[in-house]
Amino acid sequence: MNAVWTIARKELSDSLRNRWLVAISLVFATLALGIAWFGAAASGQVGYASTPATIASLASLGIFLIPLIALLLAYDTIVGEDEGGTLLLLMTYPLSRSQLLLGKFLGHGLTLALATLIGFGVAGIAIVLLVEDVAIVSLAVALGRFIGSTILLGWGFIALAYLVSVRVSEKPVAAGLALAIWFFFVLIFDLMLLGILVASEGKLNPELLPWLLMLNPTDIYRLLNIVAFGDTSQLSGVLSLGSDLPVGPGGLWLALVMWCVVPLACALLLFRKRRI
Amino acid sequence: MNCFRLENVSHRYDRAMVLHGVDLRLQPGEILGLFGHNGAGKTTSIKLVLGLMKPSEGRVSVLDGEAGDPQVTQHIGYLPENVMFYPQLTGREILRHFARLKGASLQQVPELLKQVGLGDAMDTRTKTYSKGMRQRLGLAQALLGRPKLLMLDEPTVGLDPVATADLYHLLRELRDRGTGVVLCSHVLPGVEPYIDRAAILTNGAVKAHGDLPSLRRQANMPVTLSLEPAGTMSELEKAMEQARASTGLMMKSENGRLQVDVKPHDKMPLIRSLMASGELADISIHQPSLEDIYVHFIGAGGLAHRGGNQ
Repeated sequence: MNAVWTIARKELSDSLRNRWLVAISLVFATLALGIAWFGAAASGQVGYASTPATIASLASLGIFLIPLIALLLAYDTIVGEDEGGTLLLLMTYPLSRSQLLLGKFLGHGLTLALATLIGFGVAGIAIVLLVEDVAIVSLAVALGRFIGSTILLGWGFIALAYLVSVRVSEKPVAAGLALAIWFFFVLIFDLMLLGILVASEGKLNPELLPWLLMLNPTDIYRLLNIVAFGDTSQLSGVLSLGSDLPVGPGGLWLALVMWCVVPLACALLLFRKRRI
Repeated sequence: MNCFRLENVSHRYDRAMVLHGVDLRLQPGEILGLFGHNGAGKTTSIKLVLGLMKPSEGRVSVLDGEAGDPQVTQHIGYLPENVMFYPQLTGREILRHFARLKGASLQQVPELLKQVGLGDAMDTRTKTYSKGMRQRLGLAQALLGRPKLLMLDEPTVGLDPVATADLYHLLRELRDRGTGVVLCSHVLPGVEPYIDRAAILTNGAVKAHGDLPSLRRQANMPVTLSLEPAGTMSELEKAMEQARASTGLMMKSENGRLQVDVKPHDKMPLIRSLMASGELADISIHQPSLEDIYVHFIGAGGLAHRGGNQ
């Protein structure tokens, strides 16, 4: 446990040193405040529209940004150490491969969690202070749920980045594959699902279809943040399948957690097989 | 106790056999030189001792335990051949990180940095370090926690002559305190005075093994005598004719001295009879150096041997 924390601690202090933590927090805070104020601009108004609309917009933007940041943060974890020669050295220390990877996960995970908490937390406080008649409790609940699910989504993509990082032997390849993962889950997956829906002409089992959304953590994340308001009219595109999903928020949370646990477990297994 | 012991160890990567039937051991208070061409199996042997992988066959025991066991690795210091530390961190921060991982006291960090000559540079980022400075940092890292077994892969690369001499003195001190040291190097004349034993690897097998005198015996290479005549060169040559029991000695005269290559067991009889003849003014004896012995065992294949994989 000590070794895990030593590794995590270095990752954390690295992200403080290279200003990652500050930069991500700033981006999140700016984004949240921007959306809160100008989210209703399309309807000709400037100012705070409503909590559900703001969260829905934030979640839509989050699915682009969070996976990207998580992948960037973590793609060179193992392959970077390997290229610098420090992986070989670390493995001659009293430190197992699992401890190294878990330490990295703890460090990266904490970095992302802190940035999310600070960035969106500050935005939430600003909204409470600046908007006069906002319902504080419902905002706090919605924002809390949003921050929690954002952290889980980020952890999931950190784990996916590890999956790449433990497997390849060159950093540029890892970067390319990380971008491919982003591309697949954020852009391609929904299009593919839509394509399947149209091509199948309703022959597919309608009870099965909503479950396909579970195969994409970003879809789970959006569902979680939008469905919670009980207003499914916000669900657009393939996401409307989600209204037929027979699992409640609990199931969605569990699915998001699984998206952290399973890739991380696979990365741990693959890392054991890596030749050093 | 052995620092490490390889017993009949073979190892293959995928299909390629990189080590076969290697027997090697190191005792405390001993410096072992590990030599061989690129791909001879030096790095693989070191990785096996470090516990980075398991041998395909044979047994590896390290410090009376199993290679790779945390209890064991805690007492091993290792300097890899080419390590780029974290460029954004200072020397002190890096060493503190590694000290924490090794469970070594953080107090020795500044001491070690001063000992390797990084006292003034310990608070600058390592991306500004030269190759030699990185090497020193690597060395400080290897010395963390007073290791019982120290494995150094090309430790003198990038070091200036003074730093190299300092390093060897340091190794001697450590050896005298009971540390077992493994030294891999291609700079054979540099390490020759400091090693207690040498193992020469070729193509994954130990070709020769022992201390320098025993390696010389195994190699049975001629000793070169440089003779200065008391009178004229021709008188000395005549004395040589009479003295030598075996024929076919390599002789050539150079700068008024006679160079003779003689087999080790013919050396003393020849010298005795030359002394008796009174034609000898001065004599110097050149034993084959470690480099000569190395070339002898590796074979004259030269570059052809230097390919190989890994």
